[in-house]
Amino acid sequence: MEYAQATGLLGNVWLLVAIPLASAALLLLLGRRADRWGHWLGVLAPAASFVLGLVLFAQLSGLENKSVELSLWDFIDVFSFKVDFGLLYDPLSAIFVLLITGVGSLIHVYAVEYMRHDEGRRRFFGYFNLFVAAMLLLVLGNNYVMLYVGWEGVGLASYLLISFWYTRPAAATAGKKAFLMNRVGDAGFAIAIFAMFAALGTTQYDEVFNGVGALSSGLVLAIGLLLLLGACGKSGQFPLQAWLPDAMEGPTPVSALIHAATMVTAGVYLIARSNPVFSANETLQTVVVSIGALTLVIGCIIGCAKDDIKRVLAWSTVSQIGYMFLGVGLGGGAYALAIVHLLAHGFFKAGLFLGAGSVMHGMHDQTDIRRFGGLAKHMRITWATFGLGWLAIIGMFPFSGFFSKEPIIAAAFEREGWTAWLFGGAALLGAALTAFYMTRLFVLTFHGKPRWTEDIKHPHESPALMTIPLILLAVGSVGAGFLLSTSVPDWLTPVLPEHGEEAHGVLSHTVITILSLLVTVLGAGGAWLLFRNGTQEQEQPAGVLVTAARRNLYADSFNEWVFERPGIYLTRALVFLDNRGIDGLVNGLAAAVGGGSSRLRRTQTGFVRSYAMSILTGALVVTAAFVALQLGWLV
Amino acid sequence: MEGYLGSYATLGLLLLAGVLFFTAAFGANRVLRPSAPADPFGKREPYECGLDPVGGDWAQAQIRYYVYAYLYVLFAVESVFLFPWAVVFDRPGFGVTTVVEMAVFVAVLALGILYAWRKNVLRWS
Amino acid sequence: MEDLKAPSIDYAAVAPILILFGAACLGVVVEAFVPRRARHAVQLTLALLATLAGLVVVITQASTRVTTAVGALAIDGPAVFLQGAILVLALVSLLLMGERKLEPGGAFVPQAAITVGSEADERQAARAPGLTEVYPISLFAIAGMLLFVAANDLLTMFIALEVFSLPLYLLCALARRRRLLSQEAALKYFLLGSYASAFFLFGVALVYGFVGAVDLASIHTAAAESDRDPLLLYAGLALLSIGLLFKTAAVPFHVWTPDVYQGAPTPVTAFMAACTKVAAFGALLRVLYVGFNGLSWDFTPILGVVAVLTMIIGAVLAVTQTDIKRLLAYSSIANAGYLLVGVLASGERGLASTMFYLVAYGFSVLAAFAVVTLVRDADGEAGHLSRWAGLGRRSPLIAGLFTFILLAFAGIPLTSGFISKFAVFAAAMEGGQTWLVIAGVISSIVLAFPYLRVVVMMWLSDPSDATPTVSVPGVLTTAALAIGVAMTLLLGVAPSLLLDLTTGAAEFVQ
Repeated sequence: MEYAQATGLLGNVWLLVAIPLASAALLLLLGRRADRWGHWLGVLAPAASFVLGLVLFAQLSGLENKSVELSLWDFIDVFSFKVDFGLLYDPLSAIFVLLITGVGSLIHVYAVEYMRHDEGRRRFFGYFNLFVAAMLLLVLGNNYVMLYVGWEGVGLASYLLISFWYTRPAAATAGKKAFLMNRVGDAGFAIAIFAMFAALGTTQYDEVFNGVGALSSGLVLAIGLLLLLGACGKSGQFPLQAWLPDAMEGPTPVSALIHAATMVTAGVYLIARSNPVFSANETLQTVVVSIGALTLVIGCIIGCAKDDIKRVLAWSTVSQIGYMFLGVGLGGGAYALAIVHLLAHGFFKAGLFLGAGSVMHGMHDQTDIRRFGGLAKHMRITWATFGLGWLAIIGMFPFSGFFSKEPIIAAAFEREGWTAWLFGGAALLGAALTAFYMTRLFVLTFHGKPRWTEDIKHPHESPALMTIPLILLAVGSVGAGFLLSTSVPDWLTPVLPEHGEEAHGVLSHTVITILSLLVTVLGAGGAWLLFRNGTQEQEQPAGVLVTAARRNLYADSFNEWVFERPGIYLTRALVFLDNRGIDGLVNGLAAAVGGGSSRLRRTQTGFVRSYAMSILTGALVVTAAFVALQLGWLV
Repeated sequence: MEGYLGSYATLGLLLLAGVLFFTAAFGANRVLRPSAPADPFGKREPYECGLDPVGGDWAQAQIRYYVYAYLYVLFAVESVFLFPWAVVFDRPGFGVTTVVEMAVFVAVLALGILYAWRKNVLRWS
Repeated sequence: MEDLKAPSIDYAAVAPILILFGAACLGVVVEAFVPRRARHAVQLTLALLATLAGLVVVITQASTRVTTAVGALAIDGPAVFLQGAILVLALVSLLLMGERKLEPGGAFVPQAAITVGSEADERQAARAPGLTEVYPISLFAIAGMLLFVAANDLLTMFIALEVFSLPLYLLCALARRRRLLSQEAALKYFLLGSYASAFFLFGVALVYGFVGAVDLASIHTAAAESDRDPLLLYAGLALLSIGLLFKTAAVPFHVWTPDVYQGAPTPVTAFMAACTKVAAFGALLRVLYVGFNGLSWDFTPILGVVAVLTMIIGAVLAVTQTDIKRLLAYSSIANAGYLLVGVLASGERGLASTMFYLVAYGFSVLAAFAVVTLVRDADGEAGHLSRWAGLGRRSPLIAGLFTFILLAFAGIPLTSGFISKFAVFAAAMEGGQTWLVIAGVISSIVLAFPYLRVVVMMWLSDPSDATPTVSVPGVLTTAALAIGVAMTLLLGVAPSLLLDLTTGAAEFVQ
């Protein structure tokens, strides 16, 4: 793998990161002085990056070697440990830049209106721009350390934004939960970087990818699993999925941008970027596929049982990212399919979240779908755009989800033997369940009789600043899928493996297409029949599965029993040990140092004569030592 | 009495002679003097004749003397450098540069006097 | 008699030194003729401009590698780099000295000769503007330091030592508050400094006795090739190093440091901690790397013991300090130990890492003392540590910056303190001096304790009535503080900017 040096216009790639970063710094440092105009600066920054991204994209597409590198300076240069502070602009990162800045700009515009009455709007935009900068750094870095810096940066921004309303205990707790669960993943990622450096002496992408072939398969497996742990943490995949739905405590634009469209897909980016590592070991790929399949089913099941509009969407995000993991795990041409789904998902999921925000805006921040109903008449634009997003996510022809999800299902069926049935079946089941719960969500929110709380008389449509981004994202939900699925795989070929010959799986492609449309229609139709007349306004007693799903399939309890309790006991044991053993030692040492210090202090009398004496003694000893050295008395 | 250290041997002999002479003189004194010395009035005063000292022994010197001494040292140092310079400055290879350099040197010292003058330290009152 | 020859002087190479000396003389004229009201502005501007001009010339001389003035001066990589470092750090120190907003009239006494506590003294303490002579005096000191790091023979080095020491003694005595303490500090510094200079001069004499010359190149040749008994040379080197180690504040020649750092006006303390350290280590490097390189570094164990003592005793004594300036003084002693480790690492990497350390430490320590000037109450600066309790609640920004600086001193990653310690220790490992590194790491652990104690005190204690307020800094102090903190961060994040520079400069000319 060879990267060309960035020349000409492409030398300005760093500006993509620098613009939002500078804007974030300005917004956070200027303080209240920027309150009046700060949000517009906040919108301008990602928009400017987007325009620049378009220009650079055009520039890149004209090049022969589409991977250009820009070394800015040596980030770390200590003996053999060298880390380049450099950027890599190639088809993969270029397309991510457009997604992040494009969707990001729309959500920023939306947030201007959404956060209008919030005192912390300037702070919000500061964090938001910080996130954009970190996310761009994440996808633009040319080595794993840079990726890690961006990775931690988005983690920080996400933490700050989830607990943006830090006075609410739920928001503060959710922020901490996200932070801690991400730490688990990040620790894995960091160890993977250390291992890479230990084994290959570098963390540059090209050098790692060229060197990975020479490593033992056990080592590749270890590195890959650790990377995967990091990816699972960031992308809310099993077993680290529990933080993502709680993260919905943040403002809705945050959920849309960070926890739906971009940050949570960083795990997919990581695996796609590291495709030479993952392709080098078959066990590794199987693990990724299994995690993807398992998570997508878990997400769907829990999604069916939730009644909070944002939580349903959050679980659907978990499940859709499961599809992407499935894609990158399948390897070969499916890498590109996963990226296509990621991009399409970025559009329709952002649209859905913003639509949910618009609904909440009109309904006094109500999030319970059992208390909606019949909103279609009152919010035409939200209804229409949400509807298009809904059709896209359930994979209805000809909306974008169809073009991006169906190929992944087909690819799953191309695996060999019984695993084709297992993973393909899971993907089909997921499609059916997605259609079911998304239809439930849509119908309960917009159709049927109103079940509003008493304080709501006339739900109103949101202002233009919110609806315009909705419309633009809806256009993307409709058109993007076809466009992306036809052009992106070719565009990505230099980075990702090429799409091979049409493999013959256990079922033919046509059959799979028909099957997936069929289960979608069945799921959606079932939900329509069940919920067209509304639902109970309170939670009803339910069977085992539904109760389990309501409790997030006991993931939180699992975490509590498997990690938290033993963790607490371990901590207590350690504290005991620490108090008795280590602190004893440390305190003893500290006392010794303190005592020595007080004793030595007495030599500092303040009299020049004793100082001079001390100097003289020192001089005599030093001179005597030198003389003794020369005479050979010191060997 | 040869070599580099040889000349020190003479010095050593001289020192030895000095010590011997000192010991002999004081030894003779001790042997010859009366054993009960007289203690007349005034015997233990600092000075046996002249005026008695008055006041403390830490007399304060006028700070102005210090300034003048300082200015004198300034000129003394200046002339130490001026003399050898005056001998060589018109030889070939020295010329204008040397004159300018000495002018700078003198000017720097003159600066000190200028400063002292402006700060009124040259006025005695 | 041998024919006298006029020496040729490369004026371009020595221009920075001449500019500073010239500006200092000009400062004396300004003092004599400019009206009293305008003096402060004129003097400060002159001093800043001169330092800046010197810096610009140094930068243009970046690639100069010559010896000039009959070998008395060597303008080579280390000299140019260290001159640049001294000028930059001096520029920031001058900003601190120029501040007059924190205290009416500035940090310096209006008339130093007035008896402390007399009526006239109380009158002047109230309102009179401070001495403006500090600027020419500082310029003389800076010029002396520039000469010191470039001195290529021992006599020039001695002259330069005196030229920069005498102004420092004077500056120490000029504090506006706590004048007795300040005068005592100055007198101690003067007496002990002269004492140490005598050792240096004695060393020069012994070395001359062996070599028959005082220039470092001849010493190098004689040390490497002479077949005579080198007893005189070793004794001479011992005495020379004692003179230089005194200036660097290495144990057991450090005793003056706490008293002087505490008594001197804080901007002057900052100036000494940053610039004097650079100058003293610059000369030590030149003496050891150029003059005595021929002894094949067999004296490393002896100076190594000094380094270990310096690190350990500095750190241990810092633990029980209750005054912030004394704490920083002991920290500065311990840092001298780390720098000695870099010096003893020998080789190009030792040289480069030491120079990096000097600059990084200089910026941090300037920022630290800048903060000390800000935390005040009715009696001036609040030195006692107990008064700093709860400062984080009162003024989070200043406490935050100070915490950052302390963490840098403690060597936390992403600060310049980490990189510089790492660099000298790595160089020492490579130079085979593992024992120094072990001692260094132990001392760093001990030293982290007093720093963290201050941090804990500022953030976790409740403010009491005794907690002083933080004065609003003027433009000058703000600039100095900002530069110090920014450089501490920058050198921690992107150290290669400076590391490349030091590596490129790490070669002496003979």
